[in-house]
Amino acid sequence: MSSIILFKLIFILAIFGVSLFIAMYATYMERKVAAFLQDRIGPNRAGPFGLLQPLADGGKLFFKEEFIPLKSDRWLFLMGPGFFMVTALMTSAVIPFGPDFMYNNEMVSLQATDLNVGLLYIFGVVSLGVYGVLVGGWASNNKFSLLGAIRAASQNISYELAMGLSIIALVMMTSSLSLREIVNQQQGGNWNVLYQPLGFLIFLICAFAETNRAPFDLPECETELVGGYHTEYSSMKLGFFLFAEYINMFISSAILATLYFGGYHFPFVSQMEPGMLKVILSVIVLFGKIFFFIFFFMWVRWTLPRFRYDQLMNLGWKVLIPLAVINILLTGGVILFKSM
Amino acid sequence: MGVYQLTNRRKVMQRIPMNFWERIYLPAIIKGMTITISHLFKRKVTYQYPEQKRPMSDVFRGLHILKRDDEGKERCTACGLCALACPAEAITMTAAERSSSELHLYREEKYAAVYEINMLRCIFCGLCEEACPKAAIFLQNDKMAQASYERSDFIFGKDRLVEPFLQSKS
Repeated sequence: MSSIILFKLIFILAIFGVSLFIAMYATYMERKVAAFLQDRIGPNRAGPFGLLQPLADGGKLFFKEEFIPLKSDRWLFLMGPGFFMVTALMTSAVIPFGPDFMYNNEMVSLQATDLNVGLLYIFGVVSLGVYGVLVGGWASNNKFSLLGAIRAASQNISYELAMGLSIIALVMMTSSLSLREIVNQQQGGNWNVLYQPLGFLIFLICAFAETNRAPFDLPECETELVGGYHTEYSSMKLGFFLFAEYINMFISSAILATLYFGGYHFPFVSQMEPGMLKVILSVIVLFGKIFFFIFFFMWVRWTLPRFRYDQLMNLGWKVLIPLAVINILLTGGVILFKSM
Repeated sequence: MGVYQLTNRRKVMQRIPMNFWERIYLPAIIKGMTITISHLFKRKVTYQYPEQKRPMSDVFRGLHILKRDDEGKERCTACGLCALACPAEAITMTAAERSSSELHLYREEKYAAVYEINMLRCIFCGLCEEACPKAAIFLQNDKMAQASYERSDFIFGKDRLVEPFLQSKS
C-alpha cells in the first residue's frame, strides 16, 4: 500500500515537472514554428539550435523589475497569476498517460487519479482558470486590463457551453465520464473522432477559445488592448501568465488526444504482448499526439487572423451551440436506432 | 438636399453573397493552412549576421575612402569640389602646402591637412565620388560607418578615411 502512495507521489511530481518542462519548451517550439512558417530560422544562439533559449527567457523574467501599480489591489494582483498557474497545473491529474502495468506484483497506473467523473473535473477546473485572468485584470486597476479580463470571462462562459454540449454527445456514446474508460474504449484504432467528427470540430474550436489562443486571443489582443489582462504585469508574474497559457495548451492537447484520438492507444496495439515495451511505446505515442496538437495550435496561430469580438460571440452562440445540440440529437438518434 | 459628392467617379460596390462553403470558412481555413505549412519546408532566407554577411552589390555606396596612388601618395589635392558637390554639406577640409620633406606623402603641391566627413549628415549619394577630378574619394561597397553612442564619433577624419598605407603597396 505504502509503495503505491510513494509511487503516486513520485508520479504527481513527475507530471508536474513534465507539464512545466513541456510548457517551457512549447515557448521555444512556438518561436521555432513561427519562424519556420515565416521562412526564418528562429532562436539559435543560446546553446545548440537555441535549445537553452527558454532558460534564458526564464532567467530574464526573474531579473526583470517587479512592478505593482500603486492603486492596484495588491493582494489580488499577486494572486491572479498564481491562481491561473495552479488551475492550469491541476487539470493534468485525471489524464491517463499510459496503460496500467504490473510492477513487483502490484498494479501501477500512469494516472494521478482515476476519477469516475474525470471529464466533469476537467470542466470544473478549466472554468476556474478564468478567475486567474479575471482577478488579475481587475486588480490591475487599468482600463485595458479590465477590458481584457471581461473579454476573457465572457469568452470562456460562451465557449464552455458549446464545449460541454459537444462532450455530452461523446459521453452519450461512451456512457462514461472516466477518462481511462473513454481511452480504453478506443482500443485498436477505434478512435472517437471517427464517430464524432462534428463534436471533435466543435471541441477543437472551443479549445482554442478556452486557451485564449489565436484566432481567439481577444483577452490579450495587443492591437486593441495593449497587453490585455496582463498589461500591468511584469517580471515573473507576467511569466506565470504566459507560462500558464502554454500549460493550458499542453493540457488541451492531452485532452483532445485522450478524448478523440485514442489517448495512448495506437493501431495494432492488441497484437503486441503486454510488457514494459508496450507501456513505454504507449506513453511515447500519447506524447506524439500531444505534440501534434501543440503544433496544430501554433500552426493555426500563424495562419488565421484574430476574430472581431462580435464575430467571436456570433460564432459561439449562434453557430457552435446549435451545432452542438444538433450533434447531440444525431448521436442520440443513432444510439436509439442501434438499440432497436 | 442631394448627396454630396467629392468626385464624379463613383463605383457602387457589388456585394456578392457568400455561398455555403464560403460561409462556413473551413475550406478557406484549410487552404490557408496548407499555404503556411508549405513554408515550413521552404529555404530560409536568414543571413547569420555577424558570421555571415549579405553580399553587397558592386554599386553599393558605403563608407568613403581616400585613395593613394601607386607610390602610396595621397591623391587628394584639397580642391574642394567634393565639398561643393555634397548636397548634405557633410564634407569639410583645410588645405595646406606640401613641404619638401613631404614629397613621398602627397602627390601634388597642395594637400588636405584636415579632411572630415560627418557621417550623420552624409546621405551616401556618391556625388563626391563623381565630382572628384583626381579619383581620390570613393565609396566602398563592403564597409559601412559603424554605429556609436557619441555624435562626435561620426565625424570621420583622415585617420579613418585614408586608405591604409601598406594595403596599397602590396
